[in-house]
Amino acid sequence: MTMNALAQEAGNWIEIVALEDIPQLGSRVIKTDTVDIALFRTALDEVFAIKDACPHKQGPLSQGIVHGTSVTCPLHNWKIDLASGEALGPDEGCTNVYPVKVENGMVYLGSLEARAA
Amino acid sequence: MRENLVLVGNGMAGVRTLEELFKHGDDLYNITVIGSEPHPNYNRMMLSPVLASEKTVSDIILNSREWYEEHGIELITGDGVTEISRVNKSVITASGRKFPYDRLLLATGSNPFIIPVPGADKEGVIGFRDIHDVETMLAATRQYKNAVVIGGGLLGLEAANGLMKQGMNVTVVHLLDTLMERQLDKPAAAMLKTSLEQKGLKFLMEAQTAELIGEQRVTGVKFADGSEVDADLVVMAVGIRPNIELLQQAGIYCERGVVVNDTMQTYDPSIYAVGECVQHRKQCYGLVAPLFEQARVAANHLAQVGSTRYEGSVTSTKLKVTGIDLFSAGNFNEEEGDEAMVLQDPASGTYKKLVIRDNKIKGAVLFGDTMDGTWYFQLMREGTNIADFRRTIMFGQHDLGDAGHGDAQVLALPDSAEICGCNGVCKGEIVNAISKQGLFTLEDVRAHTKASSSCGSCTGLVEALLASTVGEGYDEAPSKKPMCGCTEHSHDDVIRAIKQQKLKTMPDVREFMEWKTPDGCAACRPALNYYLLANWPEEYQDDAQSRFINERAHGNIQKDGTYSVVPRMFGGLCTANDLRAIADVSDKYKVPEMKVTGGQRIDLFGVQKEDLPAVWKDLSDAGFVSGHAYGKAMRTVKTCAGKTWCRFGTQNSTGLGVKLEELTWGSWMPHKFKLAVSGCPRNCAEATIKDFGVVCVDSGYELHVGGNGGIKVRVTDLLCKVETEQQVLEYCGAFIQKYREEAHYLERTAPWVERVGLSTIKECILDDEEARKALYDRFKLSQKYAQIDPWKARAEGEAAHEFTPLKIAG
Repeated sequence: MTMNALAQEAGNWIEIVALEDIPQLGSRVIKTDTVDIALFRTALDEVFAIKDACPHKQGPLSQGIVHGTSVTCPLHNWKIDLASGEALGPDEGCTNVYPVKVENGMVYLGSLEARAA
Repeated sequence: MRENLVLVGNGMAGVRTLEELFKHGDDLYNITVIGSEPHPNYNRMMLSPVLASEKTVSDIILNSREWYEEHGIELITGDGVTEISRVNKSVITASGRKFPYDRLLLATGSNPFIIPVPGADKEGVIGFRDIHDVETMLAATRQYKNAVVIGGGLLGLEAANGLMKQGMNVTVVHLLDTLMERQLDKPAAAMLKTSLEQKGLKFLMEAQTAELIGEQRVTGVKFADGSEVDADLVVMAVGIRPNIELLQQAGIYCERGVVVNDTMQTYDPSIYAVGECVQHRKQCYGLVAPLFEQARVAANHLAQVGSTRYEGSVTSTKLKVTGIDLFSAGNFNEEEGDEAMVLQDPASGTYKKLVIRDNKIKGAVLFGDTMDGTWYFQLMREGTNIADFRRTIMFGQHDLGDAGHGDAQVLALPDSAEICGCNGVCKGEIVNAISKQGLFTLEDVRAHTKASSSCGSCTGLVEALLASTVGEGYDEAPSKKPMCGCTEHSHDDVIRAIKQQKLKTMPDVREFMEWKTPDGCAACRPALNYYLLANWPEEYQDDAQSRFINERAHGNIQKDGTYSVVPRMFGGLCTANDLRAIADVSDKYKVPEMKVTGGQRIDLFGVQKEDLPAVWKDLSDAGFVSGHAYGKAMRTVKTCAGKTWCRFGTQNSTGLGVKLEELTWGSWMPHKFKLAVSGCPRNCAEATIKDFGVVCVDSGYELHVGGNGGIKVRVTDLLCKVETEQQVLEYCGAFIQKYREEAHYLERTAPWVERVGLSTIKECILDDEEARKALYDRFKLSQKYAQIDPWKARAEGEAAHEFTPLKIAG
């Protein structure tokens, strides 16, 4: 299925991975033709999907350390809020967030239309 | 139902307490702030620069009215509290408004002391305390010519300097023969007086004010000896008194100030107090740094966390008179049994004096060159034993200028000078951020400007800028520095608790030590993971999610998201087959670039993350293990050509390098750790800038420790000389284990050795054979669990999810 086809299915949910295959306080990367998406799982099993690029210098956020509902970028320690994609603290910037849900232990990603926070 | 918190006094200490309180949560109280001044909270220490027209009033506002609104604070300005009714638990203002409280926070500050001489109530006689005083002074400078400042202390001199800059003819009157006698010894005070005279100030020393003369407005000052001096403006700066009148009326127990305990509570448990109005353990403070420490503690208790105590502060002073560098801390006049070290250079106008007792700094006075004030102050507060570097201590901490500025005086640099080379931050940006955003700590500056937040080599320069911009408010080295924002505890506290309480998991540590966050942050998690691993090697399960990506992926992340791979080559030796295997991997995985590293290894750059396990499998099959070039871990043993080939070589230095690497590889450390073995004192392996270096000589082996060739070049200290290879291995293992057990996470051996002192390390490793052998045994035990090649494990499928991306596009 191509990205375009996916985009046309806006509103549909795409099955991605079993929740247990994402480590707690960890992430997996979803590679698509156009964009890498980081899929995070918190200590409380909440799941978030954001573009795998820090608003600062495009660092791969999926490789950062997850704490609470934020992630610290591995390149220069910017802290990004997983729910909004916004930089926390004195830093300013925002990355795209994607709708995501968990049902029966399976993680689904919503429309790939980026939702700007 | 939220309780009401009322803050009386809209100044730095009180508002800082609220800021600290908000770190615990925004919705703990309904907050009302009542201040008698018409302004929101401003930086009182910056009044001198405002008087000197170096800054404007709006520059020194710390919290705008919007800030109060955003936090839902009801702000009452220009209407001071006139009565506290403890029975009704409410306060009443001058205009008759009444505010009920559940908890009351008093931060009423202090008042200038007006000497009770005849005429002290005349027009034109003022203190130097608030924006109103500054406005009065500035108005006077436009109309009048002659000013007299009574009091040659810090505040008086800053006022005098400001008035002089506004064009007034200023005379400073001082009762004693030494200016700033509470901060300076006589030589430094004399140098200060000379430089201020050169700037145009006049001084009347040992002059006792008898009367202020004039009709309605003051026209002159008359002294006890009958002499007079003209004055259209008299500024009284002879001291401050805690402002406790209101508190005394309410029957709250006061002595010089309102008496508080270690949790900043007054004798009335629902009333807290912070700042200059407070008397704590018989001390009243008039500087800002202690107030901030008090604010942290008061907030901690107001938030009902209740885990911290204020135990008093050690303070230092800087004079904010442009062009004069002056620093003072502690007891600077030596008493019997003290030693004084003095360095005086009249030509460059510098004077340095340290007062020392039992190899510890008791006090310091610096004039003309204050760059090392922060360092001396830190040594003083931490009670560091200076025996190991007594000989050089007067010359300062030589790493300060290592960011490429040599020993340039940072204050003299232009605004465009780059201070932080990593993040490209100039002096002007830093100074601006400090004054505009109201920053007081190094952490604040790092967060807002990024300066000194990467390699840290410019930290000294940034600290110097902080100290000069905010003056004595700069919180140089909090006596106890929290590990991170998640806790009040320091690294040492945490290490101690893990050992003593036998805490064996991260949740245990966080629960026992009352962490504020459920799962820590990117700073504390790797540290805790390391401490637990180092303390309980047999039991602790390493937590991959608490490791930086390099250690989780066992490669170095590069800026494009690819990884670099460095196979281990023991002692830097390799065979043709080794090189062929590496070449094959490079071809097979289309490695874009290869390079020989500083530690004598081969680095393969640009490997895709998903290829890593396959790359490792090929390398593993060829006999390689991980080089740990990515970790806070033992990195490499560098060796020279050695006796086999070199005509100068002694001992089997290359073979010893291999043995050392076989002993130490795989070990996780507080920071990266490098070794080297040189075969003779020509030292081609550069062993004297390594964490542990061996220089072979004909009669044995010299062991060197604590070197660093990176950010701050530091030559090793000689630990000792030993005679056999077995001793080298044992001493090396013991030194490493001591470092592993005691250093703070992310502290290299160089600063660790300086912090704990070489003699402490020698005492344990050289003088105590039993302790050395025990350390060595503990090191070998932990190696049993550490020397499992992480590459081979992952090539065989461990942590596969880490390296396998999910794909959804066809």
